[in-house]
Amino acid sequence: MLISFYILAALAVGGALSVVLFRSPVYCALSLVATFLCLAGIYVLLNSEFVAAIQVLIYAGAIMVLFLFVIMLLNLRSDKPLRHSWTWPKLLGIGFAVAIIFQLIGIFHSPAARMGPAGKYSTEYLQQKGAVEVVGEVLFTEYVLPFEIISILLMVAVVGAVILAKRREPASTEQTP
Amino acid sequence: MSPGFTQTDFLSIMPEMLIFGMGLVVLLFDLFGQGRSTRNLAYLTLLTLGAAGYLDVMLLGQFLPGFGGSVIADDFSIAFELVFLVVCALTVLISIRYLEDRGLNHGEYYALLLFATGGMMVMASGRDLLMIFIGLEILSISSYILCGFLQQDRRSNESALKYFLLGAFATGFLLYGIMLIYGATGSIALQDIRAALADPATFQNPYIWMGLGMLLVGWSFKIALVPFHMWTPDVYEGAPTAVTAFLSTGPKAACFAALVRILFEALAATRAEWQQVFWVLAALTMTVGNVLALHQDNIKRMLAYSSISHAGYILVALVAGGEEALAGVIFYALAYTLMNTGAFAVLILSSAGDRERVNFSDYAGFGYLEPALGAAMFVFMLSLAGIPLTAGFAGKFQIFKAVVGQGYIWLAVIGVLNSVVSIYYYLRISVVMYMQPATGDSISTRPPGSVPLYVAIVGSLAGVLYLGIFPGGWLEMSLHSVSRIITGG
Amino acid sequence: MLLEQYLPVLALIFLALGLGVALTLVSILLGPKKITPAKKKPFESGMPSDGAQYRRYSVRFYMVALTFLIFDVEIVFFYPWAVKFRELGFYGLGVMSVFFVILTLGLVYDWKKGALEWE
Repeated sequence: MLISFYILAALAVGGALSVVLFRSPVYCALSLVATFLCLAGIYVLLNSEFVAAIQVLIYAGAIMVLFLFVIMLLNLRSDKPLRHSWTWPKLLGIGFAVAIIFQLIGIFHSPAARMGPAGKYSTEYLQQKGAVEVVGEVLFTEYVLPFEIISILLMVAVVGAVILAKRREPASTEQTP
Repeated sequence: MSPGFTQTDFLSIMPEMLIFGMGLVVLLFDLFGQGRSTRNLAYLTLLTLGAAGYLDVMLLGQFLPGFGGSVIADDFSIAFELVFLVVCALTVLISIRYLEDRGLNHGEYYALLLFATGGMMVMASGRDLLMIFIGLEILSISSYILCGFLQQDRRSNESALKYFLLGAFATGFLLYGIMLIYGATGSIALQDIRAALADPATFQNPYIWMGLGMLLVGWSFKIALVPFHMWTPDVYEGAPTAVTAFLSTGPKAACFAALVRILFEALAATRAEWQQVFWVLAALTMTVGNVLALHQDNIKRMLAYSSISHAGYILVALVAGGEEALAGVIFYALAYTLMNTGAFAVLILSSAGDRERVNFSDYAGFGYLEPALGAAMFVFMLSLAGIPLTAGFAGKFQIFKAVVGQGYIWLAVIGVLNSVVSIYYYLRISVVMYMQPATGDSISTRPPGSVPLYVAIVGSLAGVLYLGIFPGGWLEMSLHSVSRIITGG
Repeated sequence: MLLEQYLPVLALIFLALGLGVALTLVSILLGPKKITPAKKKPFESGMPSDGAQYRRYSVRFYMVALTFLIFDVEIVFFYPWAVKFRELGFYGLGVMSVFFVILTLGLVYDWKKGALEWE
C-alpha cells in the first residue's frame, strides 16, 4: 500500500517537474498525462475508483487532447529556448516557495494536523458499498440540486465555446505559416 | 435523505429556477427566431427579471431551507437577489442600444446575462460550499463569454482571455480552500462546518487555517482586492461597456454575499484572524484603487479603479462585522449598483451611434451640448464620491458609522481620507464637461436618443437620490436580513 | 471493494509495458541494421520534408475537442446514475431527464449554430 503510494507519488512529482522543465510544449503536455495517470493510481489507493476513472477519462483523455490542440493552435516553437536570468522577482519567488515548503513540512508534522478521518464516509463504508454506488447515492439525493445546476453550467460552456471560437463571418481561408 | 422533493424545496429556489428556465427559453427563441430583432428578447428578459423580483418579494420574511439545507431562501439571500435583479435589469436596458449600434443581434447575450444572474442568486442563497462554488462558476463562465462578446475587437478578446486565466487561477485557490476545510471538518455544509469548529481539536487543525487562507486569496481575486486586482483595469477596459457595468457591480456584490455567508455562518470562529487580514486588505484596496484612479485618461479605466476602491469600502464593513456594518454591505451593494451603472449608461448614451467615447477629452464642453446628461453624470459622480444627499453618502455613512462604533478608528480615517481624494477624479469629468471648451476631438453632435437608456439613466438617478434622501426603507430591510447571519441561526 | 482486486490491473500494466519494451529490445538486438543515408531522413518516401515540424492547426479542431470535452463531462454524471438505476427508479429517471434535457438544448444550440459542421 504505502510503497505503491510512494512510487506513484514520486512518478507524479517527476511528471509535474518535467512539465515545467521540458522546453517543447508537446513534451510538457505528455508529461502531464503521466502525472494525471499517477494521480488516478493514488485515487484508487484512496478507495475512490470513480474519481480515478474520471481522472483518466476527463483529464488524461479529453483535456489532454484539448491541450495538444491548443498547443498546435498557438504554434509554439520549441527551438527558441526560454531565457533564464536571475531577476529579483524570480529570487523572491524562490524564497517564498522555500518558505512555503518549510511551512508545509511543519504543518504535516504538527500533531494537531493528525486528527484522523472526518465526515460520514469512512474507508470501510466505501469498501463495503463501492465507490460509484456511494457517489450515485449521494449525488442523486443529498446533492441533487447542485447536480441539476451543473447542467446549466455545462450548457453555458457549450454556448460559450460557440460564441468565442466560432467564426461568425464567412470563414476565411485557412492560414498555414 | 429519501428521494423526492417537498414543496419547501421548490419554494426555496423558485426565483433561481425561473431565471435559469427563462434563460433557456431566451436561448431557444434566439435559435429558432432567426432574423428577428433581439429587442423582443431583451424585453422578455426584463419581464423575467420582474417576475423573479415578484417571487422574491413574495418569499420575503420566510426562512426556507431547501434540498437538505444546501440552499436557503431567507431575507439575506432575497435582499441580495433583489440587488442582482436590479443589476441585470439595468444592464439589459443599457445593452439594447449598445448591441444594436454594433450590429450584434445575438440573443445569447441576454440568455448569458440571465444565466449569470441565476449564478449570482445561487451564490447568495447557497448554504453549502458546493452550491456557492457552482453558482460562482456559472457566473464566471458567463462573464468570460460576455467579456469576449465583441469578437472582432482585439481588446474584447484580450479582456476575455485575461479574465478567464486569472479567474481560473482564483478558482483553483478557492477549490483548494474548500477541499482543505472539507478535509478538516468533514462537511461542506456551512452549518456543519460551524458545528465542527466548536470542537477545539478541529479548530486547532492547521488545515483549517490553510483552507481559510486559500479561500481568502480566492475571493480576493474574484472581488479584485489589492494586491489581487491586477486583472481588473484591462478586463474592464476591454469588455463591452455594458458588460463592464455589469461586471463591476453584480459579481462583486455576489462574491460579497457568498463571502459574508461563508465567513459569518461557517467560519465565525476564525473571525479574529480574517479580521486582521481584511483590515490590511481594506486599507490597501481603498488607497491603491484611489491613487491609481487619479491618473487615468480613460473613463472606463478610471471607473475600473474606482470599483476596486469601492470594494475596499465594502470590505471595511466586513472587518467591523456587526449587524450595522453587514447591513451596510447590502445597502452599499445597491447604492453602488445604481450610481455606477448610471454613470456607464451616460457613457453609452453619449457615444451611441458613434465610436466608443471613453476618454476624458471626448467630453470637453459636453455639458453645454447635453445639459441633462451632464447633470445626470454630475449626480452619479457626486454619489460615487460620497457627497451627502446621494446614495453613495448614505452607504459610506452607514459603514463608517458602524466601523467607528466597533472601534476601528484608523480604518475609518483611511476610508474617509480616500473618499476625499476620490472627489478629485470623480469631479474631473464634470469639470471637463462644463469648464473646458469643446475641441475638434470631443463629441460634437447630440447623441441619438434611446428609450431603454433613458429609462436606465432616469431609473438609476431616481434610485441614487431616493436612497440618498430616504435611506430608511432599504436600510431597514438590510438590517433585518443580516440579523440571522450574525447569530448563525 | 478491496485493493487486492486491482492486482490483475497492475499485472496487466506491467505486462503491457514489459511486452512493449521487450519487443523493441528484440528488434534492436536481433534485427539487421543497414543504415543508408536515405534511411536517416525523417521520411523515407514521398516528398522530402520541408518547413516547420509543428504546423498550425485550424481552430475547428479545438471547437470539436471542446464540445467533446463538455459532453464527456456530461457522460461522467451518467455512470453513478446507471449504477444506482434500480434503487433510484422513476425519481432518478426524472432527475436525470431534467439534466439531460438541459444539455440536449446545448447540443441543439451547437447544431443550429453549425458548430458541428466542418464547413
